[in-house]
Amino acid sequence: MSEVIIKTENLGYTYVDSLDDDIVKVDQSPALRGVSLEIKRGEYVAVLGHNGSGKSTFAKLINMILTPTVGKIYIDGVDITGDDFTEEDVFDIRRKVGMVFQNPDNQLVATVVEEDVAFGPENLGLPREEIRQRVDSALSTVGMTEYIKHAPHKLSGGQKQRVAIAGIIAMKPEIIIFDESTAMLDPQGRAEVVEIMERLNKEEGITVLNITHYMDEAARADRVVVINDGELIIDSTAREVFKNVELLHSVGLEATQGAELIAALSGCGADISGESLTLDETVETIANYILRKK
Amino acid sequence: MISDITLGQFFPGNSVLHRLDPRTKIILTVAFIVSVFFANNPVAFAFLTLAVCFMTALSRISLKVVLKGIKPIILIILFTAIINVFMTTGEGEPLIEFWIIKIYTRGIVRAVFMAVRVILLIMGSSVLLTYTTSPIALTDGLESLLSPLKVIKLPVHTFAMMMSIALRFIPTLVEETEKIMNAQKSRGADFSNGSLVERAKALIPLLIPLFVSSFKRAEELATAMECRCYRGDKNRVKLNKLEYHGIDLAWFLIFALFVALLVCLSVLPYSFGVDNELYNILFYKI
Repeated sequence: MSEVIIKTENLGYTYVDSLDDDIVKVDQSPALRGVSLEIKRGEYVAVLGHNGSGKSTFAKLINMILTPTVGKIYIDGVDITGDDFTEEDVFDIRRKVGMVFQNPDNQLVATVVEEDVAFGPENLGLPREEIRQRVDSALSTVGMTEYIKHAPHKLSGGQKQRVAIAGIIAMKPEIIIFDESTAMLDPQGRAEVVEIMERLNKEEGITVLNITHYMDEAARADRVVVINDGELIIDSTAREVFKNVELLHSVGLEATQGAELIAALSGCGADISGESLTLDETVETIANYILRKK
Repeated sequence: MISDITLGQFFPGNSVLHRLDPRTKIILTVAFIVSVFFANNPVAFAFLTLAVCFMTALSRISLKVVLKGIKPIILIILFTAIINVFMTTGEGEPLIEFWIIKIYTRGIVRAVFMAVRVILLIMGSSVLLTYTTSPIALTDGLESLLSPLKVIKLPVHTFAMMMSIALRFIPTLVEETEKIMNAQKSRGADFSNGSLVERAKALIPLLIPLFVSSFKRAEELATAMECRCYRGDKNRVKLNKLEYHGIDLAWFLIFALFVALLVCLSVLPYSFGVDNELYNILFYKI
């Protein structure tokens, strides 16, 4: 058990067109390059970046869907990029690192909710009673117990995504990566998924990586990492990251609505400053400014 | 809504037949199909008809629905019947003789019983298996029954997994088809008018996006399955294991009795040497 659960050193990945493997394309730019960071056990990290910035590639490298072209990755102190890494080791890493994807439809395997949640534990070869117990507890964690015998295609998007999360929880991972898991959901479904994400982090101590487009989600994380054109450009607390509105704009991202508003106001010549990460803070900052003006 | 289509021909329910283990039903269906071909005289056929009616009643599926299942094969039944009428040669004088056509009594009897045989075959196997077993249970049952073939390296598990994923994605794809159809209709596509060729052509712009998205789905699903530690059936445990219960044993026994009786009815009558008119009609060998 090491304190640092994910550590990458100079991580890089270049996609090779599988159709012409033999032709080495010199001008093929890497999807990811020189990424070095450390994530501690139990951290809640948001990963930001515009489309094609390499943030999903980063996630896929961590649970060995992709193998890095250069650099090292350590999961829980184990070098997963070593040459002596066997299939069994890959299995172990995937058990430790769960991943929830964007489209809930494309990650549900079975025709009954219960069997879908059991899919992971079944693959782990656990005893039947243990699987049963894990399925029940995972479904109750995501609040889907009453749907245990339902067909997944009859559930709403948010419910499907909750079932998908239950399927990952049932494997008892130490890290869960949410790869734009809220992108296809309606506001209510999104709120449900974010709530579960945070509960898993706070109550179960699971390290959560939320790869997202939504700034309000990122603002809730302990730490925000911004990837632009394959490079790690910002790695700081949410509060610090969203203060630098201009830098975010320069890489094609926006800050939270509050931060954007305060920045726009000060851009109009208002001498306004203060915290603006949450709605309440923004209201307070503006209220203070108005009071001061009077 | 097309998304309400029934998968396969399964009618959900809670009858005795619904509750049987799928493996039991598969085995019994095979036994039933074989035994139908044993029946060779009116009494045996009557017994078989009774048994099928009894099973239909037990399944609590309306007779109308079951008979509807015969509709698609009426042509085949007629065809076999006609072939039988014309091609059977019997002893004695032909009933009708016309040009090169000779029709014998035996041919007509044979045609009738052939039709009855096919009808009973369809009714029995649908009531026993397809109408009362969910496709997923059927897949599980087949996987379990065929698992000995793993010894000769047949990828039984992989086929079962493919089947169950296909079943899982039917409603999803139907939904998607509907969406694409609506999107194209809103831009003026016409799926319901025109000649057959025109309508088939209108389907091409529907099928292409559907194929593209299916491949994308397949890839994403494969990644998601890998992330959940899937590696075939290596070391895999199933949550809901199929188990035989008392009721399965009871059905095996009842069925054994049924087959035994049927075989007796089809074989024994000819070893007594009874020669009486009624007896000859009842046990007229077809």
